[in-house]
Amino acid sequence: MICSDSEVAELTKRAESIRETIIEMLVAAKSGHTAGSLGMADIFAAFYFHILNHNPQNPDWEGRDRLVLSNGHICPVRYAAMAQAGYFPIEECLTLRKFGSRLQGHPERLRLPGLETTSGPLGDGLPQAAGIATAFRMNGTKQRVYCVMGDGEQDEGIIWESVMFAGKNRLHNLTAVMDRNNIQIDGMTEDVMPLEPVADKYRAFNWHVLEVNGNDIPAFITAVDEAKSIYEKPTLIIAHTIPGKGVSDIEFDYHWHGKSPTVEEGKRFLREIRTLGGKIPHEYA
Amino acid sequence: MLNTNAHLGAKIFTDEVPKAPTRDGFGLGTIEVAKTNSRVIVLCADLTESTRAEWFQKEFPERFIEMGIAEQNMAAFAAGMALAGKIPYIASYAAFSPGRNYEQIRTTIALNHVPVKVCGMHAGVSVGPDGATHQMLEDIGMMRMLPGMTVLVPGDAEEARKAVIAAAAIDGPVYIRFGRAATPVFTTAETPFQVGEALTLFESETPQIAILSTGTQSYASLEAARALSRDGIESVVLHVPTIKPLDTEAVLGVARRAGRILTVEEHQVAGGFGSAVAEFLAENHPVPMRRIGIADQFGQSGEPEQLLAHYGLDASHIEEVARTFARAL
Repeated sequence: MICSDSEVAELTKRAESIRETIIEMLVAAKSGHTAGSLGMADIFAAFYFHILNHNPQNPDWEGRDRLVLSNGHICPVRYAAMAQAGYFPIEECLTLRKFGSRLQGHPERLRLPGLETTSGPLGDGLPQAAGIATAFRMNGTKQRVYCVMGDGEQDEGIIWESVMFAGKNRLHNLTAVMDRNNIQIDGMTEDVMPLEPVADKYRAFNWHVLEVNGNDIPAFITAVDEAKSIYEKPTLIIAHTIPGKGVSDIEFDYHWHGKSPTVEEGKRFLREIRTLGGKIPHEYA
Repeated sequence: MLNTNAHLGAKIFTDEVPKAPTRDGFGLGTIEVAKTNSRVIVLCADLTESTRAEWFQKEFPERFIEMGIAEQNMAAFAAGMALAGKIPYIASYAAFSPGRNYEQIRTTIALNHVPVKVCGMHAGVSVGPDGATHQMLEDIGMMRMLPGMTVLVPGDAEEARKAVIAAAAIDGPVYIRFGRAATPVFTTAETPFQVGEALTLFESETPQIAILSTGTQSYASLEAARALSRDGIESVVLHVPTIKPLDTEAVLGVARRAGRILTVEEHQVAGGFGSAVAEFLAENHPVPMRRIGIADQFGQSGEPEQLLAHYGLDASHIEEVARTFARAL
């Protein structure tokens, strides 16, 4: 799945557009998780517009790849990507976290087609993805299962139960992506509960481990391609991302893990995203 | 008198009454249902022999998955398999599943509303020598609170087999409770079993009391009713293997006829079967009630019969409570 320069340019533009939608929806919601959502915009653009074999018009299509979001709290990025991919009208993004919305504060499968599962309580996504991958293998189908998870949620014991299982059973159709942005609610991951050497830990559990810049779209796509070529093990892609990527006030600041921008901040942040930090003009900036 | 429509076993009040643990019904039922339903699989957390998952494993090795001692992973993993079309039965001790993995059951199975069948073995004090840590007494309460969860507590190994088979046809999550100790098999293949339906075991024309019982205590309740009848106290025994959805029609019927309800269960009286009956009757047809169960305590080591007697779950205690209650008021 080689990515041409023009495709990369398209995906980069798409990621910026997803970031704009994230800011707009979080401002309207008045609560939610900003930093992780912005940081993962590039990866979600890559998934929904390049990697996944899916059909937004038929979200239940049996032959689709599955993308499980384990750290459900970054669902704004998933909703934004799904809306832009055509799963639902983009205006609906502004209903995030509101009464009656299909866009729940944490994703609920039964409310919105295309979500694959219900998630939020940390650690539950990876075992579900392993379950789907095992079922596919039992059925002899070739779809791939992807699981996006946070780095903070590696604190959960169930993650390691699942990592052990997937390693034992050589679930090569499972690719996990760890958003390694180094922040969690109470601070930096290495202060709260050190994870390093996290790559070595996964390798010790019989996983193939790759590390990439998670804000570099072609690098991420190349890593996903490599994962497909590994038939002996499940693969973990440690995607080093900048939390809050694209908005200088948010970048690297763990205080933005679980809060949303005000209306004024939202305007300022959108201007920054749309003008690439003032480098280019934009009609709405 | 015994309800002949229940087709109970011919020798159930003799020394020849067959005995088997309800967990045997798990082994037999999963094998039987798997023969006709290719979606059925069994997962176990390092307890294959004692949960009887081993029986299934021998029959269908390719449809059995060993999860290791990891009940949280087992629950969420099963949810994933269900999302991909499987009907997983997950087996462990009730103290660990749903005891340890409640959050995964709540989020990934119940809220997700997928057809995972949570099979909790070794429930109740009748586990015996293992002691309080392994004697799960809160599982019925935990599971019946979850929206969309069906809760089954079979009365013997034969009914357990039927419950396991019936669970596969339910398009949603199910909790089934099993015991470790060999207990009388009082039902037969002909005994009716429908999810959501209670079964009258013992009938009287003008009952003074209705004994509503779930799980293996229904046999002791039946013995108690026979003893009461010899003393001229008329009773009805309603066996209730489905706690959720409760057979409210049957419960209402016996409450109206008898006017006094005694519930029996090997579970905390708070939140369990008796609570479910009390909640329903309090709002629909309040009648005087007594509940036999574990009274806000943990269990302890001992032989099953000793423990059941100690905690008031044997026939003689049920009879004594029923006798006093029937004559009171």
